[in-house]
Amino acid sequence: MEVLVCVKRVPAPGAKVPLTDDQTEIDTRYLGHTIGPHEECAVEEAVRIVKAHGGSATVLAVGPAAADEQLRYAIAMGADRGVLVDVGDAELDPEATAAAISHAVGDTRYDLVLFGTESADASHYQVGIRVASALGVPIVGGIKGLELDTAVDDGAVSLRREVADGVEVYRLPLPAAAAVKEGLNLPRYPSMPGRLKAKKARIDVVPYTPEPGGLRKVRLRQPNDDREEAIVLGHGADAAPAVVDVLTQIGVIA
Amino acid sequence: MILTVLDDSPAALDVLAFAQSLGQPVEAVTFGGGDPDDLAKRGVSTLHRITSDELADYAPAASGEALLRLIEQVRPDGVLAVSSDRVTEAMAHAATLARLPLATNCVEVTTGDPWLLTRVRGGGMLLEEAELTADVALLTIAQGVSGEIGAGPVASCEVREFTPELTATQARVVERTSRGSGMTLATAPVIVSGGRGVGSADGYAVLEELAKRLGGVVGCSRVATNNGWRPHSDQVGLTGTKVTPELYLACGISGATQHWVGCMDSKVIMAVNTDPEAPLVRRANYAVIGDVHEVLPAIVKEIDSRSKT
Repeated sequence: MEVLVCVKRVPAPGAKVPLTDDQTEIDTRYLGHTIGPHEECAVEEAVRIVKAHGGSATVLAVGPAAADEQLRYAIAMGADRGVLVDVGDAELDPEATAAAISHAVGDTRYDLVLFGTESADASHYQVGIRVASALGVPIVGGIKGLELDTAVDDGAVSLRREVADGVEVYRLPLPAAAAVKEGLNLPRYPSMPGRLKAKKARIDVVPYTPEPGGLRKVRLRQPNDDREEAIVLGHGADAAPAVVDVLTQIGVIA
Repeated sequence: MILTVLDDSPAALDVLAFAQSLGQPVEAVTFGGGDPDDLAKRGVSTLHRITSDELADYAPAASGEALLRLIEQVRPDGVLAVSSDRVTEAMAHAATLARLPLATNCVEVTTGDPWLLTRVRGGGMLLEEAELTADVALLTIAQGVSGEIGAGPVASCEVREFTPELTATQARVVERTSRGSGMTLATAPVIVSGGRGVGSADGYAVLEELAKRLGGVVGCSRVATNNGWRPHSDQVGLTGTKVTPELYLACGISGATQHWVGCMDSKVIMAVNTDPEAPLVRRANYAVIGDVHEVLPAIVKEIDSRSKT
């Protein structure tokens, strides 16, 4: 089972999301970077699939050279190899990102291609769909359950997702793609041997010059946060009467 | 002409009104459904209803293909869609097939060449101003946009059935299970939510007790899920559920941005935390400074003693 997982290097904001002076990027000087939570689950799932069915897990990122860090993290989690599509520092629009991934995949055949449903920073909800279309494989998004069936001819995958009124299940013949959501599994922390392996792992770098798509980011801004400071109702257990007064006043206690 | 892609959610009416505020004629499309009498009252004179045996149960790529075939036929200047998971997915498939850009989760739109947009990133963490250059502008509209007053009523809304030939039918729902009628994070009027400060899986017992008394459910932060204290289905936030209860009681949750964007639209937010400087304590409407395991039992006791009298 050959599995490809596409991940994105994203800032890891805490309570504040500072912007650069020109207001086109998040200022990451004092923040770390990470793989988005959905994609971390995709990596975990790929590692589990390879353990159960054999084959290998390849993790791919489109981004700056520094995305090497995220690829090595995924390898430390258990992925076998990394591919970095080096497009420099600028953020790509979804069409350009998908084209970069499709270019790097080329003729390589993967049985299963995994994405996060949306990236943690730009949230475009479409790169997986665009890549799947270019590769000619079916895709379903929002997936929180994945089961491979290798008993049938070329294999198939059952994909489960939550919807407002329940759960729906899809069954796709392989090769196929899925855009997954956090909750699919609980991603592991990389082990020490995993980290050592990742340090030495080779990352294939694919240089690529992107063609911009039709959606162009002009600038970022902070949403209005004109909330007033919280009213402090008290300290410790002594605050209980004041709390219950408020609960009654807003109508959540009859 | 602007084509609006609607479903049967209340948000669809906001999208319709939002589209009408752009000053162009507006038509509607649904995948089945849609009430022509109601749409006429809202000033919509044409409802395109996509019907196909291939769409008898939901099929993501086929839905996008059907939508694209309609777009090619009616040639709108722009398509504004609700941002439900399904319609967003269908729009992404339509954009992909058409080789057109798609701007998701827009909150401000100015038509023109290019279209000027503001879209929501990271579930509300940041706003992005963007330009969209395309033959047909494809957009999804974020939930919670307030529609300006729409068009005046029209005499009637003509329903045009649209039944395209579809080929992208590989992915389709093959099995469906319905949730029971129980309360969920998305519907509960009160959510008592716990984070790192709860300390353990067992620590949630007192949150359950309080939620029961307030007619609500228990939620949690990502820390709780990652520690295995609660199932992921309880998680509030960017990668969990976005909630809008009457009361969000955040217990021992510091309030990283990823959590904040999941609860910020709650009507009232109350935070219980030992740290008076925690971001969620500062952003809440009400705060109690203290340990969850001292404060919550006292609140439960106070509620019980008042209900006796």
